[in-house]
Amino acid sequence: MQQVCSKPERLAIYRIRIVQEIDKIGVQSVGIVALLSAFMGAVITLQTAANIDSAWVPRWTIGYTTRQSLILEFSSTIMSLILSGKVGSNIASEIGTMRITEQIDALDIMGVNSASYLILPKIIAAMLIFPFLVVISMFLGIAAGALIGPGSGVISLTDYISGIQIYFEPFQVTYTLIKSVVFAYIITSVSGYHGYYTKGGALQVGESNTRAVVYSIILIMISNYIITQLLLL
Amino acid sequence: MIEVKNISKSFDGKMVLQDIQTSFEKGKVNFIIGISGSGKSVLTKCVVGLMEVNKGEIEFDGRNFTIMNHRQRKEIRQDIGMLFQGSALFDSLTVEQNVMFPLEMFATMSKAEMRKRADWCLERVNLVGKNNLFPSEISGGMQKRTGIARAIAMNPKYLFCDEPNSGLDPQTAIIIDNLIREITYDLGCTTVVVSHDMNSVMEIGDSINFIHAGQLWWKGDRREILFTENKELNDFVFASEFMKEIREIMQKESKR
Repeated sequence: MQQVCSKPERLAIYRIRIVQEIDKIGVQSVGIVALLSAFMGAVITLQTAANIDSAWVPRWTIGYTTRQSLILEFSSTIMSLILSGKVGSNIASEIGTMRITEQIDALDIMGVNSASYLILPKIIAAMLIFPFLVVISMFLGIAAGALIGPGSGVISLTDYISGIQIYFEPFQVTYTLIKSVVFAYIITSVSGYHGYYTKGGALQVGESNTRAVVYSIILIMISNYIITQLLLL
Repeated sequence: MIEVKNISKSFDGKMVLQDIQTSFEKGKVNFIIGISGSGKSVLTKCVVGLMEVNKGEIEFDGRNFTIMNHRQRKEIRQDIGMLFQGSALFDSLTVEQNVMFPLEMFATMSKAEMRKRADWCLERVNLVGKNNLFPSEISGGMQKRTGIARAIAMNPKYLFCDEPNSGLDPQTAIIIDNLIREITYDLGCTTVVVSHDMNSVMEIGDSINFIHAGQLWWKGDRREILFTENKELNDFVFASEFMKEIREIMQKESKR
């Protein structure tokens, strides 16, 4: 990590690389984030409606549950687990392939700090763009619930809107954004590490990918617990 | 000039290089040859600093590379150009961007000057007009030439070539050999070539180091190699019947 965070050779080149990585890690993930969030928002709405039989439970609970599920867990944690598969394996395979094809040696021979050049822009880019992906996910998930709930007749739009407004605590959004930044760091640094220290051939690149995703998921779950314990209770 | 002074290298207690002492002279094409697993690639990686030696010293024009810190090594590395066995071009960059890469990282030039320098390097390796192609869009020989263009972009004092002809047809191999020789003589750099290819050795080798079982077994020039009595070297160089016949003819001619 010390090597990754050491002073870059040319700041201008690092800035360009960060922008490129924001596009690769963030912008190119918007589609999958939007699709999953919309369907998840719709499904949470329908499932909550299907599980509320009692006349004593107000209908706005459906909107409330959808909002809380999305804000507290789905948009940050579950979305990060999904992105650890997409982004994490991409990073590990890219850097791992560069290692086995001697491209990293080529950087080292030139005098470039290869760990910093390859990994640092990815870490910074992910930490900058993940919160935006989480916001998009929250918005689309809740919007899909608003469309599907009234559309399927399980809740009126008025009740749904009441539900997503009731007992709203703005800090929960801050909490989920903090989580997304931490998860972004975990995914990129763990994947970068496993890619960078790949040894062997194509088989080992595959193994590095697997290790990167598995370790990222484990660390995300552990840090999710720790952050929740620290910030919400 | 690069001097290798009694270097040893081991992996997990197994000695791979043992007390290697040699020098690679300036303005000459210096070869390191040997059978697979003899330690020639490890020797090269130790010389360029990709691997740390257990014992001994490596000096680049009198500057002791082994005791240098990261910053000092970085300065020397800017004088090193290296052509890798698989070319090691950056897939995401075009031919021109690959050649310009070291310039962008270290040179204090304007973009226009960098382009001009990249064009000069590409012209030098006969790749005019290929600037905007990606490595995947060019042949293996062109990739090697792009690798050479990138290696000479910073006007290196030391040029390392790891198996420059592997996977190339004989004609392209000769083009690459001639290119390495021309660049060495024109730039006056210290060139070190790691190879098994005896055609290359006999074509452009000014000084030849034969590594066997992790030791420097023999050193000489390409004429001496034909008449050496060193058994291991003869087994390596004259492995085929064809080469044995050539040797006999050469020896008969020399006795006349």
